[in-house]
Amino acid sequence: MSAFLSPLVGGLLIGASAVVLLLGNGRIAGISGIAGGLLGPSRRDTLWRGAFLVGLLLGPILYRMQAGHWPEVRMEASWPMLIAAGLLVGYGTRLGSGCTSGHGVCGIARLSPRSITAVAVFMVVAAVTVFIVRHGIGT
Amino acid sequence: MTGALRLAVALLAGLLFGLGLAISGMMDPAKVLGFLDVAGPWDPSLAFVLGGAVGVSALGYVMAAWMGKPATAPRFDIPTTRTVDARLVGGATLFGIGWGLVGLCPGPALAALTLGLPSIGVFVVAMLAGMVLFRLTPGMTPRTGEVRR
Repeated sequence: MSAFLSPLVGGLLIGASAVVLLLGNGRIAGISGIAGGLLGPSRRDTLWRGAFLVGLLLGPILYRMQAGHWPEVRMEASWPMLIAAGLLVGYGTRLGSGCTSGHGVCGIARLSPRSITAVAVFMVVAAVTVFIVRHGIGT
Repeated sequence: MTGALRLAVALLAGLLFGLGLAISGMMDPAKVLGFLDVAGPWDPSLAFVLGGAVGVSALGYVMAAWMGKPATAPRFDIPTTRTVDARLVGGATLFGIGWGLVGLCPGPALAALTLGLPSIGVFVVAMLAGMVLFRLTPGMTPRTGEVRR
């Protein structure tokens, strides 16, 4: 597939996922919310959240059955860097009530001013972070 | 019966999401960083992931308005808060720094667990720890489902 077709097809499937969860169960397909909700004391939505995450984990297996190989995962970050980034992503997405899926895919689609703001902020901050790491500090 | 259907819907949605991530290239941190590196040899292809996903998702919200209520639940559980506050911007900022440092956001990180790579495992454990840490912060409660309609 061409360089732009795979991202587009993947995006369409992610959108379809959001539609299925919305029209089926009335819920937003926000990954940080679905995962974070499992970590609290409330057991109210445990089952469907768990089922969604099982599906999420099975997705790459389905990909492998079709494509014959795993999706590419290239990462050079050191363990201390992975831990720092993981903590920031976990804490930040809960504080900001969403990530790329909840604010990005679902929030922009329903024209939520909060989500559009959040996406603009985390996109710009992420780009600035990459700029500082790659071009700012003389590595 | 509705309970089983609700689980099947969630499982299908998760499967579509995981497959979509795998096809899209979002699970590859090197590609994500190439997308975020606008000053380098910029790779804009991942913009099509968000574009495609938002386009389809928007149709879902239009259909939701027609349906009135979802298939397996009494009502749509959609946040109605519209005020932008410091907490939202602060959270998005912290998330943006973490995303820019290694190129992983929550969905791709969780889906990539399936591949069994130690580095992904380390990131996910730290991410879940960050979520727990948020819960332990005095005065902080998750806003998920805070306002319903």
